[in-house]
Amino acid sequence: MITTVYCSFCGKEEADGDHAFCRQRLSMIDPPRYCGECARRMVVQVTPDGWTARCSRHGETGSAR
Amino acid sequence: MTAAPEQIDVLDEAREQVLERGVGLTEAQVLKVLELPDDRIPELLALAHEVRERWCGPEVEVEGIVSLKTGGCPEDCHFCSQSGQFPSPVRSAWLDIPGLVRAARQTRDTGATEFCIVAAVRGPDKRLLSQVRDGIKAIRADGNDIQIACSLGMLTQEQVDELVAMGVHRYNHNLETARSHFPNVVTTHSWEERWDTLRMIRDAGMEVCCGGIIGMGETLAQRAEFAVQLAELEPDEVPLNFLIPNPGTPYENYPVVEGAEALRTVGAFRLALPRTILRFAGGRELTFGDLGAKQGMLGGINAIIVGNYLTNLGRPAQQDLDMLEELSMPIKALSQTL
Repeated sequence: MITTVYCSFCGKEEADGDHAFCRQRLSMIDPPRYCGECARRMVVQVTPDGWTARCSRHGETGSAR
Repeated sequence: MTAAPEQIDVLDEAREQVLERGVGLTEAQVLKVLELPDDRIPELLALAHEVRERWCGPEVEVEGIVSLKTGGCPEDCHFCSQSGQFPSPVRSAWLDIPGLVRAARQTRDTGATEFCIVAAVRGPDKRLLSQVRDGIKAIRADGNDIQIACSLGMLTQEQVDELVAMGVHRYNHNLETARSHFPNVVTTHSWEERWDTLRMIRDAGMEVCCGGIIGMGETLAQRAEFAVQLAELEPDEVPLNFLIPNPGTPYENYPVVEGAEALRTVGAFRLALPRTILRFAGGRELTFGDLGAKQGMLGGINAIIVGNYLTNLGRPAQQDLDMLEELSMPIKALSQTL
Protein backbone atom coordinates (compact mmCIF):
# COMPACT_ATOMS: atom_id res chain seq x y z
CA MET A 1 0.00 0.00 0.00
CA ILE A 2 1.29 3.46 -0.94
CA THR A 3 1.42 5.98 1.85
CA THR A 4 0.88 9.54 0.68
CA VAL A 5 2.84 11.76 2.99
CA TYR A 6 3.57 14.68 0.71
CA CYS A 7 1.36 16.91 -1.37
CA SER A 8 1.87 16.13 -5.04
CA PHE A 9 1.23 19.76 -6.03
CA CYS A 10 3.53 21.67 -3.67
CA GLY A 11 5.76 18.91 -2.29
CA LYS A 12 5.20 19.84 1.36
CA GLU A 13 3.96 17.44 4.00
CA GLU A 14 0.22 16.83 3.77
CA ALA A 15 0.01 17.29 7.53
CA ASP A 16 1.76 20.64 7.29
CA GLY A 17 -0.67 23.44 6.55
CA ASP A 18 -3.72 23.78 4.36
CA HIS A 19 -3.60 22.13 0.93
CA ALA A 20 -7.07 23.12 -0.25
CA PHE A 21 -5.61 25.25 -3.05
CA CYS A 22 -3.29 22.39 -4.06
CA ARG A 23 -6.19 19.97 -4.20
CA GLN A 24 -8.20 22.42 -6.29
CA ARG A 25 -5.39 22.79 -8.81
CA LEU A 26 -4.84 19.04 -8.96
CA SER A 27 -8.53 18.47 -9.57
CA MET A 28 -8.67 21.05 -12.37
CA ILE A 29 -5.49 21.62 -14.35
CA ASP A 30 -2.38 20.11 -12.82
CA PRO A 31 -0.78 16.69 -12.94
CA PRO A 32 1.18 15.66 -9.84
CA ARG A 33 4.65 17.19 -9.71
CA TYR A 34 6.02 15.69 -6.46
CA CYS A 35 6.09 12.09 -5.37
CA GLY A 36 3.59 11.53 -2.57
CA GLU A 37 5.93 9.12 -0.82
CA CYS A 38 9.23 11.02 -0.85
CA ALA A 39 8.49 14.52 -2.26
CA ARG A 40 11.03 14.11 -5.06
CA ARG A 41 10.21 16.18 -8.14
CA MET A 42 8.91 13.81 -10.77
CA VAL A 43 9.49 13.76 -14.52
CA VAL A 44 6.02 14.43 -15.89
CA GLN A 45 4.87 13.97 -19.47
CA VAL A 46 1.49 15.39 -20.38
CA THR A 47 -0.19 14.00 -23.51
CA PRO A 48 -3.50 14.99 -25.11
CA ASP A 49 -5.46 12.45 -23.10
CA GLY A 50 -3.39 11.77 -20.01
CA TRP A 51 -0.14 12.08 -18.12
CA THR A 52 2.65 10.01 -16.65
CA ALA A 53 4.78 10.97 -13.66
CA ARG A 54 8.01 9.17 -12.82
CA CYS A 55 9.77 9.27 -9.48
CA SER A 56 13.38 8.09 -9.59
CA ARG A 57 12.80 6.16 -6.36
CA HIS A 58 9.17 5.03 -6.49
CA GLY A 59 8.53 4.49 -10.19
CA GLU A 60 5.86 5.66 -12.59
CA THR A 61 2.24 6.55 -12.07
CA GLY A 62 -0.20 7.80 -14.64
CA SER A 63 -3.76 8.61 -15.40
CA ALA A 64 -5.01 8.19 -18.94
CA ARG A 65 -8.30 9.85 -19.71
CA MET B 1 -26.22 66.98 -37.21
CA THR B 2 -23.68 64.24 -36.54
CA ALA B 3 -22.70 62.93 -33.12
CA ALA B 4 -19.33 63.93 -31.68
CA PRO B 5 -16.80 61.08 -31.91
CA GLU B 6 -16.87 60.47 -28.17
CA GLN B 7 -20.67 60.06 -28.32
CA ILE B 8 -20.63 57.38 -31.00
CA ASP B 9 -21.20 53.99 -29.47
CA VAL B 10 -18.33 51.66 -30.25
CA LEU B 11 -20.57 48.65 -30.81
CA ASP B 12 -22.64 50.64 -33.32
CA GLU B 13 -19.40 51.55 -35.07
CA ALA B 14 -18.29 47.92 -34.98
CA ARG B 15 -21.56 46.73 -36.48
CA GLU B 16 -21.06 48.92 -39.54
CA GLN B 17 -17.26 48.66 -39.78
CA VAL B 18 -16.50 45.08 -38.77
CA LEU B 19 -19.69 43.16 -39.41
CA GLU B 20 -20.72 44.87 -42.63
CA ARG B 21 -17.32 45.72 -44.11
CA GLY B 22 -14.98 43.24 -42.45
CA VAL B 23 -12.59 45.95 -41.28
CA GLY B 24 -11.10 45.30 -37.83
CA LEU B 25 -11.34 47.83 -35.04
CA THR B 26 -8.56 50.35 -34.46
CA GLU B 27 -6.55 50.40 -31.25
CA ALA B 28 -8.68 53.24 -29.83
CA GLN B 29 -11.85 51.36 -30.69
CA VAL B 30 -10.58 48.10 -29.15
CA LEU B 31 -9.80 50.00 -25.95
CA LYS B 32 -13.34 51.35 -25.86
CA VAL B 33 -14.64 47.79 -26.16
CA LEU B 34 -12.38 46.62 -23.35
CA GLU B 35 -13.80 49.41 -21.19
CA LEU B 36 -17.45 48.51 -21.78
CA PRO B 37 -19.44 47.92 -18.59
CA ASP B 38 -20.41 44.39 -17.61
CA ASP B 39 -24.04 44.90 -18.59
CA ARG B 40 -23.01 45.37 -22.23
CA ILE B 41 -21.02 42.12 -22.45
CA PRO B 42 -23.96 40.08 -23.84
CA GLU B 43 -24.40 42.64 -26.63
CA LEU B 44 -20.66 42.58 -27.36
CA LEU B 45 -20.53 38.80 -27.49
CA ALA B 46 -23.59 38.59 -29.73
CA LEU B 47 -21.98 41.00 -32.19
CA ALA B 48 -18.62 39.19 -32.05
CA HIS B 49 -20.42 35.93 -32.77
CA GLU B 50 -22.19 37.47 -35.75
CA VAL B 51 -18.84 38.75 -37.03
CA ARG B 52 -17.28 35.32 -36.67
CA GLU B 53 -20.18 33.66 -38.51
CA ARG B 54 -20.13 36.27 -41.28
CA TRP B 55 -16.40 36.34 -41.96
CA CYS B 56 -15.22 32.88 -40.84
CA GLY B 57 -18.28 30.66 -41.17
CA PRO B 58 -19.87 28.28 -38.68
CA GLU B 59 -17.12 25.66 -38.40
CA VAL B 60 -14.93 25.25 -35.34
CA GLU B 61 -11.33 24.14 -35.81
CA VAL B 62 -10.25 21.54 -33.28
CA GLU B 63 -6.60 21.02 -32.38
CA GLY B 64 -4.53 18.91 -30.03
CA ILE B 65 -1.06 19.79 -28.79
CA VAL B 66 1.79 17.93 -27.17
CA SER B 67 5.12 18.83 -25.63
CA LEU B 68 7.96 17.06 -27.41
CA LYS B 69 10.62 18.62 -25.21
CA THR B 70 9.51 19.83 -21.80
CA GLY B 71 11.29 22.14 -19.38
CA GLY B 72 14.87 23.32 -19.17
CA CYS B 73 14.33 26.28 -21.49
CA PRO B 74 17.09 28.93 -21.32
CA GLU B 75 14.65 31.81 -21.85
CA ASP B 76 13.05 33.74 -19.01
CA CYS B 77 9.43 34.14 -20.15
CA HIS B 78 7.98 35.08 -16.77
CA PHE B 79 4.71 33.19 -17.25
CA CYS B 80 6.34 29.90 -18.16
CA SER B 81 6.84 26.95 -15.85
CA GLN B 82 9.26 25.45 -18.38
CA SER B 83 11.93 28.11 -18.00
CA GLY B 84 15.10 26.75 -16.49
CA GLN B 85 15.68 30.11 -14.83
CA PHE B 86 12.93 29.77 -12.24
CA PRO B 87 12.42 27.28 -9.38
CA SER B 88 9.47 25.63 -11.08
CA PRO B 89 8.61 22.01 -10.22
CA VAL B 90 8.53 21.14 -13.94
CA ARG B 91 11.45 18.84 -14.81
CA SER B 92 12.94 18.28 -18.23
CA ALA B 93 11.46 15.50 -20.33
CA TRP B 94 11.62 14.29 -23.92
CA LEU B 95 8.74 12.51 -25.56
CA ASP B 96 9.91 9.57 -27.66
CA ILE B 97 8.69 8.88 -31.19
CA PRO B 98 6.17 6.14 -30.22
CA GLY B 99 4.76 8.56 -27.63
CA LEU B 100 4.47 11.27 -30.26
CA VAL B 101 2.69 8.93 -32.65
CA ARG B 102 0.25 7.94 -29.88
CA ALA B 103 -0.41 11.60 -29.07
CA ALA B 104 -1.14 12.36 -32.73
CA ARG B 105 -3.48 9.36 -32.89
CA GLN B 106 -5.29 10.47 -29.71
CA THR B 107 -5.74 13.90 -31.27
CA ARG B 108 -6.99 12.56 -34.61
CA ASP B 109 -9.47 10.33 -32.79
CA THR B 110 -11.19 13.41 -31.33
CA GLY B 111 -11.97 14.60 -34.87
CA ALA B 112 -9.30 17.28 -34.67
CA THR B 113 -7.69 18.49 -37.88
CA GLU B 114 -4.61 20.02 -36.29
CA PHE B 115 -1.81 18.53 -34.20
CA CYS B 116 0.84 20.87 -32.88
CA ILE B 117 4.27 19.61 -31.79
CA VAL B 118 5.77 21.97 -29.23
CA ALA B 119 9.22 22.28 -27.67
CA ALA B 120 10.39 24.52 -24.83
CA VAL B 121 13.47 25.99 -26.49
CA ARG B 122 14.87 29.32 -27.65
CA GLY B 123 15.09 27.76 -31.09
CA PRO B 124 15.52 24.24 -32.43
CA ASP B 125 18.92 22.56 -32.63
CA LYS B 126 19.78 19.71 -35.01
CA ARG B 127 18.73 17.05 -32.51
CA LEU B 128 15.30 18.60 -32.05
CA LEU B 129 14.71 19.10 -35.77
CA SER B 130 15.76 15.51 -36.38
CA GLN B 131 13.27 14.33 -33.74
CA VAL B 132 10.52 16.39 -35.39
CA ARG B 133 11.40 15.01 -38.83
CA ASP B 134 11.39 11.42 -37.58
CA GLY B 135 8.21 12.07 -35.63
CA ILE B 136 6.32 13.40 -38.64
CA LYS B 137 7.44 10.45 -40.74
CA ALA B 138 6.28 8.05 -38.03
CA ILE B 139 2.90 9.82 -37.70
CA ARG B 140 2.36 9.47 -41.45
CA ALA B 141 3.53 5.84 -41.37
CA ASP B 142 0.83 5.28 -38.76
CA GLY B 143 -1.75 6.25 -41.39
CA ASN B 144 -2.52 9.55 -39.71
CA ASP B 145 -3.09 12.42 -42.16
CA ILE B 146 -3.82 15.10 -39.56
CA GLN B 147 -2.39 18.53 -40.35
CA ILE B 148 0.85 19.05 -38.45
CA ALA B 149 1.89 22.33 -36.90
CA CYS B 150 5.03 23.07 -34.91
CA SER B 151 6.08 25.48 -32.20
CA LEU B 152 9.84 25.32 -31.74
CA GLY B 153 10.83 28.87 -30.89
CA MET B 154 12.78 31.30 -33.03
CA LEU B 155 13.97 30.03 -36.40
CA THR B 156 16.65 30.71 -38.97
CA GLN B 157 15.72 30.81 -42.64
CA GLU B 158 17.34 27.41 -43.10
CA GLN B 159 15.19 25.95 -40.35
CA VAL B 160 12.06 27.50 -41.83
CA ASP B 161 12.89 25.85 -45.14
CA GLU B 162 13.48 22.50 -43.41
CA LEU B 163 10.08 22.63 -41.72
CA VAL B 164 8.39 23.45 -45.02
CA ALA B 165 10.13 20.43 -46.57
CA MET B 166 8.86 18.23 -43.72
CA GLY B 167 5.29 19.22 -44.59
CA VAL B 168 4.64 21.40 -41.55
CA HIS B 169 1.73 23.55 -42.66
CA ARG B 170 1.40 25.97 -39.74
CA TYR B 171 3.90 27.39 -37.27
CA ASN B 172 3.06 28.78 -33.86
CA HIS B 173 5.15 31.55 -32.45
CA ASN B 174 3.36 33.81 -30.00
CA LEU B 175 4.18 37.46 -29.59
CA GLU B 176 2.67 36.87 -26.12
CA THR B 177 1.78 40.48 -25.31
CA ALA B 178 1.92 44.06 -26.56
CA ARG B 179 5.25 45.27 -27.84
CA SER B 180 5.34 47.92 -25.10
CA HIS B 181 4.83 45.29 -22.37
CA PHE B 182 7.06 42.55 -23.76
CA PRO B 183 10.27 43.69 -21.99
CA ASN B 184 8.45 43.25 -18.66
CA VAL B 185 7.63 39.65 -19.56
CA VAL B 186 10.77 38.43 -21.34
CA THR B 187 14.31 39.81 -21.13
CA THR B 188 16.32 37.11 -22.91
CA HIS B 189 15.05 37.99 -26.37
CA SER B 190 13.02 40.74 -27.96
CA TRP B 191 9.57 41.15 -29.44
CA GLU B 192 11.27 42.10 -32.69
CA GLU B 193 13.17 38.80 -32.83
CA ARG B 194 9.87 36.97 -32.58
CA TRP B 195 8.39 39.23 -35.27
CA ASP B 196 11.30 38.38 -37.60
CA THR B 197 10.61 34.66 -37.26
CA LEU B 198 6.95 35.26 -38.00
CA ARG B 199 7.76 37.15 -41.20
CA MET B 200 10.03 34.31 -42.36
CA ILE B 201 7.27 31.79 -41.71
CA ARG B 202 4.77 33.82 -43.69
CA ASP B 203 7.19 34.42 -46.57
CA ALA B 204 7.92 30.68 -46.77
CA GLY B 205 4.24 29.93 -47.27
CA MET B 206 3.49 28.34 -43.91
CA GLU B 207 0.38 29.43 -42.07
CA VAL B 208 1.11 31.77 -39.18
CA CYS B 209 -0.26 31.02 -35.74
CA CYS B 210 0.47 33.84 -33.33
CA GLY B 211 -1.27 34.84 -30.15
CA GLY B 212 -0.49 35.43 -26.55
CA ILE B 213 -1.49 35.42 -22.94
CA ILE B 214 -3.96 37.74 -21.26
CA GLY B 215 -3.44 38.68 -17.62
CA MET B 216 0.31 39.26 -17.39
CA GLY B 217 0.03 42.70 -15.83
CA GLU B 218 -0.69 44.52 -19.07
CA THR B 219 -3.00 47.52 -19.00
CA LEU B 220 -6.20 47.58 -21.01
CA ALA B 221 -4.49 50.00 -23.37
CA GLN B 222 -1.69 47.48 -23.87
CA ARG B 223 -4.23 44.75 -24.44
CA ALA B 224 -5.76 46.90 -27.19
CA GLU B 225 -2.29 47.60 -28.55
CA PHE B 226 -1.62 43.86 -28.68
CA ALA B 227 -4.85 43.09 -30.55
CA VAL B 228 -4.00 45.62 -33.23
CA GLN B 229 -0.37 44.49 -33.49
CA LEU B 230 -1.66 40.98 -34.12
CA ALA B 231 -4.02 42.32 -36.76
CA GLU B 232 -1.08 44.03 -38.50
CA LEU B 233 0.64 40.65 -38.70
CA GLU B 234 -2.45 39.13 -40.37
CA PRO B 235 -2.00 35.71 -38.79
CA ASP B 236 -4.08 32.76 -39.91
CA GLU B 237 -4.71 31.85 -36.29
CA VAL B 238 -4.58 33.63 -32.94
CA PRO B 239 -4.52 31.40 -29.86
CA LEU B 240 -5.85 33.28 -26.86
CA ASN B 241 -4.46 32.08 -23.54
CA PHE B 242 -5.33 33.30 -20.07
CA LEU B 243 -2.54 33.31 -17.52
CA ILE B 244 -2.21 30.22 -15.36
CA PRO B 245 -0.21 31.43 -12.35
CA ASN B 246 2.17 28.51 -12.11
CA PRO B 247 4.27 27.80 -9.00
CA GLY B 248 7.86 28.97 -9.13
CA THR B 249 7.33 31.48 -11.93
CA PRO B 250 7.55 35.23 -11.33
CA TYR B 251 3.80 35.39 -12.00
CA GLU B 252 2.80 32.66 -9.55
CA ASN B 253 0.86 35.12 -7.39
CA TYR B 254 -0.85 36.98 -10.21
CA PRO B 255 -4.63 36.77 -10.07
CA VAL B 256 -6.54 34.60 -12.50
CA VAL B 257 -8.27 36.76 -15.12
CA GLU B 258 -11.83 37.33 -14.06
CA GLY B 259 -14.51 35.80 -16.29
CA ALA B 260 -16.25 39.00 -17.39
CA GLU B 261 -12.95 40.62 -18.25
CA ALA B 262 -11.91 37.58 -20.23
CA LEU B 263 -15.17 37.56 -22.19
CA ARG B 264 -14.74 41.26 -23.00
CA THR B 265 -11.26 40.41 -24.27
CA VAL B 266 -12.57 37.58 -26.46
CA GLY B 267 -15.18 39.88 -27.99
CA ALA B 268 -12.70 42.71 -28.49
CA PHE B 269 -10.12 40.47 -30.17
CA ARG B 270 -12.75 39.10 -32.54
CA LEU B 271 -13.74 42.65 -33.50
CA ALA B 272 -10.07 43.47 -34.13
CA LEU B 273 -9.51 40.26 -36.11
CA PRO B 274 -12.72 39.52 -38.01
CA ARG B 275 -11.29 36.95 -40.43
CA THR B 276 -8.79 35.14 -38.20
CA ILE B 277 -9.13 31.76 -36.55
CA LEU B 278 -9.48 32.75 -32.88
CA ARG B 279 -8.65 29.82 -30.64
CA PHE B 280 -9.47 29.16 -27.02
CA ALA B 281 -6.17 27.93 -25.60
CA GLY B 282 -4.65 27.55 -22.13
CA GLY B 283 -6.16 28.91 -18.95
CA ARG B 284 -9.79 28.86 -19.99
CA GLU B 285 -10.60 26.17 -17.43
CA LEU B 286 -9.49 28.41 -14.54
CA THR B 287 -10.82 31.64 -15.99
CA PHE B 288 -14.16 30.60 -17.39
CA GLY B 289 -15.31 27.26 -16.06
CA ASP B 290 -17.95 25.46 -18.12
CA LEU B 291 -20.48 28.26 -18.50
CA GLY B 292 -17.92 30.83 -19.59
CA ALA B 293 -16.47 28.48 -22.19
CA LYS B 294 -19.89 28.31 -23.86
CA GLN B 295 -20.22 32.09 -23.72
CA GLY B 296 -16.81 32.42 -25.35
CA MET B 297 -17.77 30.01 -28.11
CA LEU B 298 -20.83 32.18 -28.69
CA GLY B 299 -18.74 35.34 -28.45
CA GLY B 300 -16.31 35.13 -31.33
CA ILE B 301 -14.18 32.04 -30.72
CA ASN B 302 -14.06 29.57 -33.62
CA ALA B 303 -11.33 27.14 -32.60
CA ILE B 304 -10.33 25.21 -29.51
CA ILE B 305 -7.51 23.14 -28.16
CA VAL B 306 -9.04 19.93 -26.87
CA GLY B 307 -7.60 17.66 -24.23
CA ASN B 308 -4.50 18.53 -22.28
CA TYR B 309 -1.97 21.28 -22.85
CA LEU B 310 1.82 21.15 -22.53
CA THR B 311 2.28 20.96 -18.78
CA ASN B 312 -1.26 21.64 -17.58
CA LEU B 313 -4.37 19.53 -17.99
CA GLY B 314 -7.44 20.57 -19.94
CA ARG B 315 -10.94 19.25 -19.89
CA PRO B 316 -11.45 15.79 -21.37
CA ALA B 317 -11.76 16.24 -25.14
CA GLN B 318 -15.20 14.64 -25.19
CA GLN B 319 -16.53 17.33 -22.86
CA ASP B 320 -15.61 20.01 -25.40
CA LEU B 321 -16.91 17.98 -28.32
CA ASP B 322 -20.21 17.56 -26.45
CA MET B 323 -20.28 21.31 -25.87
CA LEU B 324 -19.84 21.97 -29.60
CA GLU B 325 -22.65 19.55 -30.39
CA GLU B 326 -24.88 21.21 -27.83
CA LEU B 327 -24.13 24.59 -29.44
CA SER B 328 -24.79 23.09 -32.90
CA MET B 329 -21.33 24.12 -34.03
CA PRO B 330 -19.91 21.86 -36.75
CA ILE B 331 -16.30 20.73 -36.43
CA LYS B 332 -14.13 21.69 -39.38
CA ALA B 333 -13.36 18.58 -41.40
CA LEU B 334 -9.89 17.62 -42.54
CA SER B 335 -11.07 17.80 -46.16
CA GLN B 336 -11.70 21.53 -45.71
CA THR B 337 -8.14 22.16 -44.61
CA LEU B 338 -6.28 20.28 -47.32
